[in-house]
Amino acid sequence: MLESAETRDLIGGILRREENAFADIVRAHQDRLFNFALRFTGTPEDAEEIVQDTFVKAYRALYQRLTPERVATLALTPWLYRIALNTARNFVRGRPARAEARLAFAGGDDTPWGGASERSDGPEGLAEKAEMRAALKRELLALPPRYRAAVILRLVQGLAYTEVAETLGLPVGTVKSHVYRGARLMRPGLARWWNDLPEEG
Amino acid sequence: MREDGSGLDMAEENRLKTAETGGSGSDSEAVDGAYFRWLAGELGALPHGQSPAGVLPAVLARAAGIAARRPRDIGSAVRYGTADSALGPLFIAYTGSGIVRVGIGEVMREADFATELAHDFGVEAVRDGDLPRTVAARLRTFFAGGRLRPEDFDLAGLGEFEQQVLAKALEIPRGEVRPYAWVAGEVGHPGSSRAVGQALGRNPIPLLIPCHRVIRSDGGLGGYAFGLPLKQRILAMEDLDVAALQKEMRAGARYYGSLNTRIFCLPTCQHARRIGLPNRVRFRSAGEALAAGFRPCLVCRPT
Repeated sequence: MLESAETRDLIGGILRREENAFADIVRAHQDRLFNFALRFTGTPEDAEEIVQDTFVKAYRALYQRLTPERVATLALTPWLYRIALNTARNFVRGRPARAEARLAFAGGDDTPWGGASERSDGPEGLAEKAEMRAALKRELLALPPRYRAAVILRLVQGLAYTEVAETLGLPVGTVKSHVYRGARLMRPGLARWWNDLPEEG
Repeated sequence: MREDGSGLDMAEENRLKTAETGGSGSDSEAVDGAYFRWLAGELGALPHGQSPAGVLPAVLARAAGIAARRPRDIGSAVRYGTADSALGPLFIAYTGSGIVRVGIGEVMREADFATELAHDFGVEAVRDGDLPRTVAARLRTFFAGGRLRPEDFDLAGLGEFEQQVLAKALEIPRGEVRPYAWVAGEVGHPGSSRAVGQALGRNPIPLLIPCHRVIRSDGGLGGYAFGLPLKQRILAMEDLDVAALQKEMRAGARYYGSLNTRIFCLPTCQHARRIGLPNRVRFRSAGEALAAGFRPCLVCRPT
């Protein structure tokens, strides 16, 4: 579980009104929330604003809206993911930008850090890998939002099922079926990279 | 971060699969398990980026604004008066420091304005017969197309970020518009366009602090607390041809350059409007203009 001593200590800093407590929370979570928002929306500009809004909402809640008793019992990381998810949902709702987002994607949204550095494949392997990653990201974006959220949290972000369940406010079993269905929906679009065996009759 | 190395629990996934297919189909189960494991591996290996460096300072600035907003000691009452306008009566509340709240009669009843005012300031709202001379003078300046300054208003109850955004909106001349992203950049938080939109949406002094002069980069009007039709009408009353501007911007004209001066501007900048048609070139992006050897206008600061 991510709700370790570390995150409990971050909450403790808030309760003790320590000066840098909130900045510590931002530092400890901004990268994961940014990645989550990036995979959910497909554009780094949207992701940046979603992360900002998430932390501002969290600040309001931690310092004004919630009672100290409630703050003390918060599971900080899933709670922040939940705010980010709601923000991201509102962000993409009613916006005809999906096609645009896809385009931005195809152009390589996250090239600054999207380097294929971890393996020393030849140039062809690298190009192939980049194409496959583009396809993975595209298929993620094409998922219905609730499956997309579950797949990203579990398979991209690596949260435990219990944490995903807490984030989404769903039973663990439902989360598992969302992850699984999402994975299945992505499959046809990934056939080129996943050497699909013929379906059974 | 992962609680197991592979990022999935094969037994679990297989059980799930079995449950879904009614416990039959062992062939497809194997395929699905292998596919799932492959997918989990590849998704988990997607590059994990770093949050942009601007996030932390922007968040802390906005948080500081929230923290600074405290109930204020405003005396025993908050006073307001009315003035006529093309949008019905304007209700104008003020303190010793300046105008603190405006209600537009066309979209708000006086009773509601007074109730909200009393509630928000925690004191009685009292209507004055005449507006104080300084307040009346500010209204005349505004309706004559003049520019009001942040000091003409009492913005002390707002957060720092909101104050910066509203002060920036005051710099946009009548008859012109600027993008949300432009405001975000000007107040030192590029990437905060949405926060700018929210701050403008909470503008307690609509019309006089011209939040209606901020629109989207693509020519869309964005939002307005009192509805987009009203935003459009106010802009039209300020002699902006909204339809023509939107047509240009939707066609990709985000900037205008002058072949004479080699300077490029936002489309409604007073300098852009002086460019003769034969000399006017359109740019889709600031980068395109810069690459063509144009420099940004010092008045509208398009980049």
